[in-house]
Amino acid sequence: MLVLQAIIDGILVGGFYALMAGGLTLVFGVMDIVNFAQGILVVLGAYLSYALYSHLAIDPFLSLLITLPGMFVIGVAVYWSLIKPIKQDRVIMSLLVMFAVGTIAEGILDLIFTSNLVQIQTSYVNSSFSLGSLVFPDIYVYAFLMSVVLLGGVYYLLYRTRFGRSLRASMQNPTAARLVGINTDWVSAFTLGIGVALAAAGGMVFGLTNSFDAASSYDLISRLLAIVIFGGFGSLSGALIASVLMLVIQDVVAVVWSPTWGQTTFYIVLILILLLRPQGLLGRKAVRAQ
Amino acid sequence: MTAVDVAPVGAAAPEHIPYEPPRAIRWSGTGLLLVFLAVFPLIFPNPAVTSIAVFTMIFLVAAIGWNIFSGYSGYISIGHAAYYGIGQYTVALVALHTKIAAGWPTFALLPAAGLACAVAAVPIGFLLLRVRKHTFIILTVAVMFILQLLAFNFTSWTNGSGGLELPFPTWSGDFFNEPFYYVGLAAAVVACAVSWWVRRSKYGLGLLSIRDDEDRARGLGIHTTRTKLIAYVLSAFFVGIAGGLYAPFVGSVYPQFGFDPNFDLAVAVLVFVGGIGTLSGPVIGALLLIPLQQYFELQFGSANLFLIAYGVLFILILRLLPAGIAPSVTKLWRHVLVARRRAAAAGKTGSGTAQPATATLHTGGDEVAQ
Repeated sequence: MLVLQAIIDGILVGGFYALMAGGLTLVFGVMDIVNFAQGILVVLGAYLSYALYSHLAIDPFLSLLITLPGMFVIGVAVYWSLIKPIKQDRVIMSLLVMFAVGTIAEGILDLIFTSNLVQIQTSYVNSSFSLGSLVFPDIYVYAFLMSVVLLGGVYYLLYRTRFGRSLRASMQNPTAARLVGINTDWVSAFTLGIGVALAAAGGMVFGLTNSFDAASSYDLISRLLAIVIFGGFGSLSGALIASVLMLVIQDVVAVVWSPTWGQTTFYIVLILILLLRPQGLLGRKAVRAQ
Repeated sequence: MTAVDVAPVGAAAPEHIPYEPPRAIRWSGTGLLLVFLAVFPLIFPNPAVTSIAVFTMIFLVAAIGWNIFSGYSGYISIGHAAYYGIGQYTVALVALHTKIAAGWPTFALLPAAGLACAVAAVPIGFLLLRVRKHTFIILTVAVMFILQLLAFNFTSWTNGSGGLELPFPTWSGDFFNEPFYYVGLAAAVVACAVSWWVRRSKYGLGLLSIRDDEDRARGLGIHTTRTKLIAYVLSAFFVGIAGGLYAPFVGSVYPQFGFDPNFDLAVAVLVFVGGIGTLSGPVIGALLLIPLQQYFELQFGSANLFLIAYGVLFILILRLLPAGIAPSVTKLWRHVLVARRRAAAAGKTGSGTAQPATATLHTGGDEVAQ
């Protein structure tokens, strides 16, 4: 029964990890940019929801109406001001730029909110309901439903709209996409916007379920990167499957062995995957990488 | 791509302009720098200053080591803190278990720290180098975090988050920093010599060709995996020595400061600022930035302002001098030479005969600009 409970917990938590990892993998797929700032952007989203809740008493889920567009604009702005001007060595340069953006964001957040751990404390944070002997914490269920809605929205955007078609074209072959008249700059800017906005949504849940400070971003980014590598870089469905699998594995190991080893197994799974399948679960094989 | 300062074969035309300053300038510059570094603690004996100097030496060794792999092969590792941590724990554990006396004998453990890292780097490198550049970057970070977690979890060895305390040497306060400084300087000189050898050897050319086009390098018969792995192990060795120097200097080892993500950023930033893939780049970067960083920390106390300043500086450098300081200076110097020779050629002969010479100069200038 404990194991079943751990599996359910893993699936519920995996849902919101999929949000954050989805943003990361989408950005990589379109632009070959490893968004190293994703961890701190998640924390930024958490702090924004925290500030809106504690100062204006806006419910965290409602605050998404403000933070999602806000973070989207941040993503677009970062693209136009910092990523687009990079002329040479884009993959590595953009990664380093995002690293630097993350550092600056961490410094600013640390300056404003200090390094005391905080958590968003709403009425439903600690409540739960049970089915039989299984416990379902309310917050994780809400978060899971929200993740499903948001990821459904991203899926719709990707596969049912004109923008989605341009985006997938840019993913497959940027040069050819430009040749048929797709403005890949705008596609890239919007994609980074979406990726960052997903970080905001994930951050809101992160802020509700964990106490955090600016330094929490390191733990987050390493987990997110592990998930994205596991799923295969640039594969959205890979990221979803990997999030759920990783969290389930971690929770089950925590139950049957010990919580401290849960997270280590997370990374051991990663190493096994790399030995057996270096491109990840659903990743494309690198053809003549630059 | 960063400028390669090894002259291409085809450029050996009569009007060839070298890609780097003349040997006399290079050697005398290196000599002057060495003399300055050697007498530095004698000029500034203030412990606050020499402590900054020790940190500079530690990062100098790490930066040169990092550059041997990441700079020359083009595979950016931002997980070399893995070896910084292993080096620290090696020195701490051996010193504590063998009850070695604090002070000079701990320096004898430095090669052990380097070797432990080199040994660890063989399987890790073998695993990581299965993937290409951008996935590799991520994996290096992942490995660093795995080791950090292990350091937290293997409490029987590492005492987990409680950390390990090293006994302090019994040197007097005034003379405390100098031994660390000179050992660090010696390690930096050795690292530089190895880096120089790699840069000039046939092996190093293979490494550079991997940076420029790995598939073609493989096609030309270079054992790419073996070549990369050797460089990876070499660089792990020197980063481990830097860690082995750091642990007895601060007197303690903690998982989060041994396997420190900020260390990765710091080393990458200073090599990029100095000029990645060049011999002098890491030296310039470390000697400029680390004293600045330490000064900032002493002056403002809190780390957050420093984080902001560092990030902004990094973005500015990437934007303004994408190749780094060393290649930009070389390029500027060469432009001046080209302009001067062209002016001389135009003045000496008629316009008709000067044409071919100008053309050679042009292509030379473009090549270095790439």
